[in-house]
Amino acid sequence: MIEFVSQPWPWYVAGPLIGLIVPLLLLFGGKQFGISANLRHMCAATLPANLDFLKYDWKKAGTWNLIFVLGILLGGLLATTLLASPDPMIDLAPATVTALRDLGIEDFSGLVPSDLFSWHGLASLPGLMLIIGGGFLVGFGARYAGGCTSGHAISGLANLQFPSLVAVLGFFMGGLFVTYVLLPILL
Amino acid sequence: MSTHIENALHEASLFIEPVECLDTEQVVAPLKEKALREGNAPVSLLVYGLLGLFFGVLLVKSEVVSWFRIQEMFRFDSFHLYGIIGSAVVVAAISLQLIKRMDLTTIHGEPIEIQPKAWSHLGTRYWLGGILFGLGWALLGACPGPIFALLGSGVTVMIVALLSALAGTWVYAALRPKLPH
Repeated sequence: MIEFVSQPWPWYVAGPLIGLIVPLLLLFGGKQFGISANLRHMCAATLPANLDFLKYDWKKAGTWNLIFVLGILLGGLLATTLLASPDPMIDLAPATVTALRDLGIEDFSGLVPSDLFSWHGLASLPGLMLIIGGGFLVGFGARYAGGCTSGHAISGLANLQFPSLVAVLGFFMGGLFVTYVLLPILL
Repeated sequence: MSTHIENALHEASLFIEPVECLDTEQVVAPLKEKALREGNAPVSLLVYGLLGLFFGVLLVKSEVVSWFRIQEMFRFDSFHLYGIIGSAVVVAAISLQLIKRMDLTTIHGEPIEIQPKAWSHLGTRYWLGGILFGLGWALLGACPGPIFALLGSGVTVMIVALLSALAGTWVYAALRPKLPH
């Protein structure tokens, strides 16, 4: 049983289960699925600095969500220990492997390229740009847009929200620019 | 920029603000206090933690957290990520329709009111914010949920990504009054 569950999960299993989280949160406590709000709660909890955007009762509004992301973290732990995939290599499309090899990526084992996403990688300019630059933009962009993939792409689109469609189109425009223009320059 | 437009944008941002604070709560306002109290009870928090655990396992086992998979998605080399997001949206959409049409309440009996997203004028925040987020998503290969999942998976350097994301959030908070929304 464990061996079966330890295999990577196909999209038609994972996707619907992710989708179920939306109604489960609503039915259990009227909560809307959206992870990036936690970044706001964490800022409000540590350094509100008299900024209007961070002056609210984060404990009341956000404790449930902070516990939720703690759960995500533990889920990551569970998934890579007890439920760890037997094969460290992701079954990536050959075209992607070729394209990434052309960019200089050599180690394809694991979830992320170890040459870049490691403490050792952080010491390189590309690693720095990807981790710090990427992280910063994720935080800034998600709050500016009022949501990330969970808030807009999943919750927002499921609720047939036009603003979320715009946001998702924006996500893709940014992502494509990085993929086809920035990465070849950076890597 | 003329004062008329400035005023309009300012008013629009005021309109957005309340919805934003509310975007973690979908319970009808009069019942909110009770819902908030119950939502923070230890048993409730345990349930949210378990749901998060479930989500974290899903993210990692389906490889959504993988920088390689995000690249594959932006290169349109595989259906995998599209299948995940697409089927998640379909399942969530059907569930939302059922909740709305059947007037379902929370298990504590509170009515559920699903807040629409505020649209202002050109929807600048959605375009600009979306693009900026997309840049970060492709660079980092992770959005906020996967950042936490990757931390749990042992990619400890993601703590730097998290701190950077927090910095980005904070800078947004600081610049917010001056940004077009």
